[in-house]
Amino acid sequence: MRVTVRLFARLRDIAGAEEMTRTVEPGATIGALWKQLAGEFPELGQYERSISSALNADYARMDTPVRDGDEVAFLPPVSGG
Amino acid sequence: MPLLRIGRDPLSLEALAATVCETAGSDNGADGAVVSFLGLVRNHNQGRSVRYLEYEAYEPLALKAFERIAAEVRERWPGARLGLHHRIGRLDVGEASVAIVARSPHRGDAYAACRYAIERVKQIAPIWKREFFEGGDVWIEGATADPDDLKARAEAERVACV
Repeated sequence: MRVTVRLFARLRDIAGAEEMTRTVEPGATIGALWKQLAGEFPELGQYERSISSALNADYARMDTPVRDGDEVAFLPPVSGG
Repeated sequence: MPLLRIGRDPLSLEALAATVCETAGSDNGADGAVVSFLGLVRNHNQGRSVRYLEYEAYEPLALKAFERIAAEVRERWPGARLGLHHRIGRLDVGEASVAIVARSPHRGDAYAACRYAIERVKQIAPIWKREFFEGGDVWIEGATADPDDLKARAEAERVACV
């Protein structure tokens, strides 16, 4: 399955791209995708406990399964206002 | 003009207030208070001299977060209505980053709803600011966004109702 990954703010800076495509196993969760990315970009590991995630532009839990064609976003702690 | 918006255009508190008042028209004079908040880029932060800020957002999710905040306001303060505009892109010192207008039958609710809204923006809106200061730049990272975190919501309500 192929999914689109969106990264914001410092996460994007660490990975060097705001959008990328990744292949995951059928039944993989958002959390599994995060672990895959953190393996690829070890500096992301520091955000393990503080990121939020979204699935197709809605907040979602890390244990949510992803489907082929989904857009998964990872969000560092926010600072609007 | 939409009540909830995120974009690059400069903010107008006056225009937002007019929109909130127009959409309240069906109430026929039931409302007694309009409270507004305008957040500005400050020239100092944590001992640093700020030159400017760059805001970015996950725009579709930010708009949904604003809708959620407006719904929470209606639920907590029945009869209250909210307008909320956030700006992204480069903002210089003194420019407005966020405009909020709350309208309600009574001033206490309007003040509380306005304060609650900015606290919730800071908690759950997927927006980030990068601070460019004299000598460097840094991403500002505040709250881990979790709209279902009831403790955070209660804290925003506590602050709003002091």
